[in-house]
Amino acid sequence: MPDITVVLPSVLQPLAGGQSLLTAPADGAVTVAALLDAVTGGYPVLARRIRDETGTLRRYVNIYVNGEEVRRLKGLETEVSAGQEVLIIQSVAGG
Amino acid sequence: MGTMANAESYILAIGTKKGLWLAHSTDRKEWSLTGPHFLMSEIPSIGIDTRGDSPRIMVGVRSEHWGPTVAHSDDLGATWTEPEQGAISFPEGTEAALERIWQIYPDAESRPGVVWAGCEPISVWKSTDGGEHFELNRGLWDHPHRSEWGAGYGGAAAHSIVVDPSGEKVHIAMSTGGVYRSLDGGASWEARNKGISAYFMPDPNPEFGQCVHKIAADAAVDGRLYAQNHHGVYRTDDDGENWESIAEGLPADFGFVMLTHPRRSGTAWVVPLKADGERIPPDGRLAVHRTDDAGGTWKRLETGLPDHEYNSVLRDAASVDTAEPVGVYFGTRGGEVYASADEGESFTEVVSHLPDVLCVRAAVVSGAAMPAFSA
Repeated sequence: MPDITVVLPSVLQPLAGGQSLLTAPADGAVTVAALLDAVTGGYPVLARRIRDETGTLRRYVNIYVNGEEVRRLKGLETEVSAGQEVLIIQSVAGG
Repeated sequence: MGTMANAESYILAIGTKKGLWLAHSTDRKEWSLTGPHFLMSEIPSIGIDTRGDSPRIMVGVRSEHWGPTVAHSDDLGATWTEPEQGAISFPEGTEAALERIWQIYPDAESRPGVVWAGCEPISVWKSTDGGEHFELNRGLWDHPHRSEWGAGYGGAAAHSIVVDPSGEKVHIAMSTGGVYRSLDGGASWEARNKGISAYFMPDPNPEFGQCVHKIAADAAVDGRLYAQNHHGVYRTDDDGENWESIAEGLPADFGFVMLTHPRRSGTAWVVPLKADGERIPPDGRLAVHRTDDAGGTWKRLETGLPDHEYNSVLRDAASVDTAEPVGVYFGTRGGEVYASADEGESFTEVVSHLPDVLCVRAAVVSGAAMPAFSA
């Protein structure tokens, strides 16, 4: 089965056992939310860094699907297919 | 380090806008520091639990990007542990998400393992396993007043928790909402703000809605607490049924800090700021004020403090230790931290030019607990 790859920023990689890429098998399109469930299921601390306990994407965490930030698409309901790359990047915040 | 094996020493944890520093001293005058821990995360709350064999430092951590969490260290900061499932997490059905941990309060010696937390959104939590997992206090969360509680400038939070020796009487303070009291260990809560001004509201004497900045319990007199309000310094002698002003003799009645002595009744410390609209020390002169008669009179304490200072001292950026005489510690939003080994009579600078100091906590530890600082 083809994979969907999630690319982690370096600051989050220690929470995924040092991995920079997490992959989930995809049988057709899945939502970003379902993809995050799949790839962070074994890494609960990582999961909390990306989404709060209501499942909402944290305000200054951006997720890009094919170069588009998901908030400009359908948020975590945006669909992603095998072969596509999903980037997690922290936005500029703080001072 | 061997010669220090049986000596007492002191740790001072300094939570800032951009990380945590840990200071260590044998005389509360000369300090060595480690840090930053959690660089680029703010540390708005710290609890040092000295009830076990070795001290446990618990910190509320909040990253602007990655959210809030609680971590703890049992080796004075050499290593940190974050519980896998998160120490504080709103349960399903509440539709709420944790924003910030404002208070971590280890309970009495007689209740080892019990730690309380006060959070934003306004909520109180209790752990029975030393701060690794907290349960939401449902009595407060389901309180009919909750929808009317507001946000102070820093956010809507329960920021003060005071538990009496029996464990039955619990006072909390929130901004805004004011003081709430439970007489059944936290099962149910009632507002107790009579006498505390809410001058910023149409009715300045509401049942609740006050912006109480900090409360602290008297060391020995049952039912006596002190409050630093958003303008107003108060004392109650009847568990909050009535509050009366003790601001006379202070240069200003605004401020955030309220500290009490761990053993001596009647002694409390405040750090006055000029006003809501001018959040600087009065006349730009930073001073701590101490009462030894439960607010009847105040003594100005400024020896060792700078000639001018225009930064404020936030509500948890001040602490006492339990030594004799008691140590008094505070930090400013300008990143200066001061320590007094003599109850505030004189201060020495611990460190300067840190990021904004949000929280300090101090504890007396045995020499055996020192190796992390030798690195």
